[in-house]
Amino acid sequence: MQTTLSINGIETEVNAPEGTPLLWVLRDRLGMTGTKFGCGIAQCGACTVHIDGLPGRACVTPVDSLDGASVTTIEGVEGPEADAVRAAWTEIDVPQCGYCQSGQIMSAVALLQVNGAPDDEAIDNAMAGNLCRCATYMRIRRAIKDAATRI
Amino acid sequence: MFYPTMEKQTLAKRGFAPVTRRDFGLATGAFTVGVALLGGRAVADQTAGGLPVTPGGEVDPALFITIEPDGIVKLTCHRSEMGQQTWTAMAQILADELDVPWELIEIVQAEGHPRYGDQNTDGSRSVRWNMERLRLTGAAMRAMLVSAAAERWGVDTADCQGADGIVSGPNGRSTTYGELAEAASERPLPAERAIRLKDRSEWRYIGQPMPSLTVPLIVRGEGTFGIDVRLPNMAYAVIARPPVVFGSVRSVEDSATLEVPGVLRTVQLASPKAPALFKPLGGVAVIAEDTFAAIRGREELVIEWEAGPNGGYDTDTFVAAMLETAGQQGTVRRDRGDIETALAEADRRIEADYVVPHLAQAPMEPPVATARWDGDRVECWASTQAPQSARSTVAEVCGVPEENVTINVTWLGGGFGRKSKADFVAEAALLAREVGRPVKVTWTREDDLRHGYYHSISAQHLEGGLDADGNTMAFLHRTVFPPIPSTFQAGAETPSWGELRLGASDTPFATPNLRLETGDAPAHLRIGWLRAVANIYHAFAVQSFAHELANAAGRDPKDYLLELIGPPRLIDPREEGVEEYDNYGSPMEDYPIDTGRMRNVIETVADMADWGREMPRGSGLGVAMHRSFCTYCATVVEVSVDDEGRLAIPAVWSALDAGTVANPRHTAAQIEGGTLYGLSNALYGEITTSSGAVEQWNFPDFRVMRMNEAPRRMETHIVESVAPPGGVGEPPTPPAAPALANAIFSATGERIRRLPIFSGERRDRLAVRDQS
Repeated sequence: MQTTLSINGIETEVNAPEGTPLLWVLRDRLGMTGTKFGCGIAQCGACTVHIDGLPGRACVTPVDSLDGASVTTIEGVEGPEADAVRAAWTEIDVPQCGYCQSGQIMSAVALLQVNGAPDDEAIDNAMAGNLCRCATYMRIRRAIKDAATRI
Repeated sequence: MFYPTMEKQTLAKRGFAPVTRRDFGLATGAFTVGVALLGGRAVADQTAGGLPVTPGGEVDPALFITIEPDGIVKLTCHRSEMGQQTWTAMAQILADELDVPWELIEIVQAEGHPRYGDQNTDGSRSVRWNMERLRLTGAAMRAMLVSAAAERWGVDTADCQGADGIVSGPNGRSTTYGELAEAASERPLPAERAIRLKDRSEWRYIGQPMPSLTVPLIVRGEGTFGIDVRLPNMAYAVIARPPVVFGSVRSVEDSATLEVPGVLRTVQLASPKAPALFKPLGGVAVIAEDTFAAIRGREELVIEWEAGPNGGYDTDTFVAAMLETAGQQGTVRRDRGDIETALAEADRRIEADYVVPHLAQAPMEPPVATARWDGDRVECWASTQAPQSARSTVAEVCGVPEENVTINVTWLGGGFGRKSKADFVAEAALLAREVGRPVKVTWTREDDLRHGYYHSISAQHLEGGLDADGNTMAFLHRTVFPPIPSTFQAGAETPSWGELRLGASDTPFATPNLRLETGDAPAHLRIGWLRAVANIYHAFAVQSFAHELANAAGRDPKDYLLELIGPPRLIDPREEGVEEYDNYGSPMEDYPIDTGRMRNVIETVADMADWGREMPRGSGLGVAMHRSFCTYCATVVEVSVDDEGRLAIPAVWSALDAGTVANPRHTAAQIEGGTLYGLSNALYGEITTSSGAVEQWNFPDFRVMRMNEAPRRMETHIVESVAPPGGVGEPPTPPAAPALANAIFSATGERIRRLPIFSGERRDRLAVRDQS
């Protein structure tokens, strides 16, 4: 099935069998491995990308549903929120193994784009869908607040 | 080959044998020092449970450290990076003694090879076993650079100093390490007496919160995990494995699979016989042009399975049987005083049974490996914690010599013990050979949860005898669990010394009568290591029971725990009938069991939490302390429980005494993460079986703590210490569960003796709420 979508600002044509999730198109066909596989059923958030500006789970999003859509991944996310999140993440050393952190960062950037000063509850609500088995949660909360002050 | 060997013997006693190596196809002018541990450690790590331990490296040196002519220092890191920041810690230790600018250090990840000595990144020992060796190497190299400069300038070495990547001498002369690299490689290795290690007051990196070397890549989605490996012409595989361990394929119908677009073929894999070792589980592999096609194709397989010898395994029934065993006299493994008389004569006798389920490590990156054959040689890429056993496993399973197997270690998206077992690497090698193309095998989350090497299931019976004043005079601990050795030796049922020393044979209580007994239990799943291993269930039982004893005595639990531990002293369990106590592979003389350090972390954490303060209704504090991996950790958990039984954890405090720490920032991160890993398991973690098959399938029913369930407040304290470095990655986990259970008791009067706390019908509420 032919689908045309924008990935990190680049017009991309994808020819994949119907129902193929965006995640595997990114990873296996386009070689963009920053977006991770964790569960395949939208329960862990490791595959979080932005679809038309909103956070979405690439593992359950059929690529054929994205004709004309604009997708942003960890490799391409930019702007003041992304800069602030990367700076805070680095300053605090949020990640441990780092595997879930592409998804954590994409969710955090999306949160800061709509809420410039999130409190603990807003952070918990926005980030509850992103599992971290290293349990870097304390530092993610701190880094999001820190990032908010940098924007 | 040119190997100066002077002084090797004396240095070898300190676990150090540096060898320069110049003619190895390196850039001209580079200065390389290889280091190998000679001989072996005095005590091998018993938790390896039959895993062949490679104690020391071969005399042929590892390519460890190279100074390039441009001054870049390349450190070959032989440990796997899985979030514990071993790259950064190793770099800190070397850079300090070599004394180079931080920016000049580059890490090269070592492949799996015995020349590196122990590479099994497990057991919280990367810093513990390598700090001294890396310090000596850095200092030796610095001495050689200084010596090269002194010779060039015709001055005395005593008048030259190496610091910050520059050797400076008399009359303002100076030159960089890079410029001296070639000349330094010609210098003889210094005698041990010529190697001057820095005083710790001179350290500039060790003990400092140096930033992670991996995080700048991670935040851009860069860096290569096992799942990210891509090779030209690579095919992708997922495997339908037998639902029951040692089960097999009776029949397979794959015609619908082969119609899925992108599917190339299927491959049937042989099922192993006991012992499990790290052999693949067998099943039917689906080979495709991408991962999703392979997953789709697997869904279309119609397979009839032969359940095999473990088809009757039902964890509920098994727990009942283990509890029965735990209720009877077992085999005595440690004995002090006369436990039977003391219990019989006790004023009051307290008993409790504790049950902890199987757990899955569930790293966020499931097991993934890629393999490529070239003739009879195979090269693998894998997120493995144990590349040497991956190498020997692939060789064994594929029937080729080990020299024909190369294991490239990627970043690990978490390990927690799962990735010490190389079954998934061997799967990739077998399939790549069969298919004639490079193959990447991806485990889905369902595969990870259903076909793992699980944390053992356990039942424990504890009895305490109190005198009229509430003092504990007798302490009986009986532990029953299918042992890890069952994975390496068919039919092994007896808890091993290596597992007992994980929090059972080293219980530090000063009670005049104390006994440890064990009962046998057969394994029906593959049993393996999970962060902190048997410490998890032993600490849960012992530290919960300490609280129960305090409660029976009507005493403050923290004060009573200190009393149980008794005065500051050194303990040696071998004096009380413990036949083997390997102390986590570290010598007892360097790492004694020190009750003074236990008391200190308890008192420190109690201060941090303001222990003893009045708590609001429905709130409570719980404390637990545990020594593991030669490190002492005490934890206080605060809980609040509302009238409907909803539990919240507003705050956690931890005090950790790990001796000398390489990096306090990353040590604090391990305390946070390790504690929450323990809390997550205690709250939700559970693998159950029915008819031999694991019942959980993905994160909805193998629940893991989420951000909104994490404490809002978490404070960590690292005890200042000049003691040698202990482990850091695992010790925070064991005290978390008992501290939580003790806090729930303080808040509600409900005693949690079976984990997880939320299970079955009790998905998110505590059953009992004490209204008093």
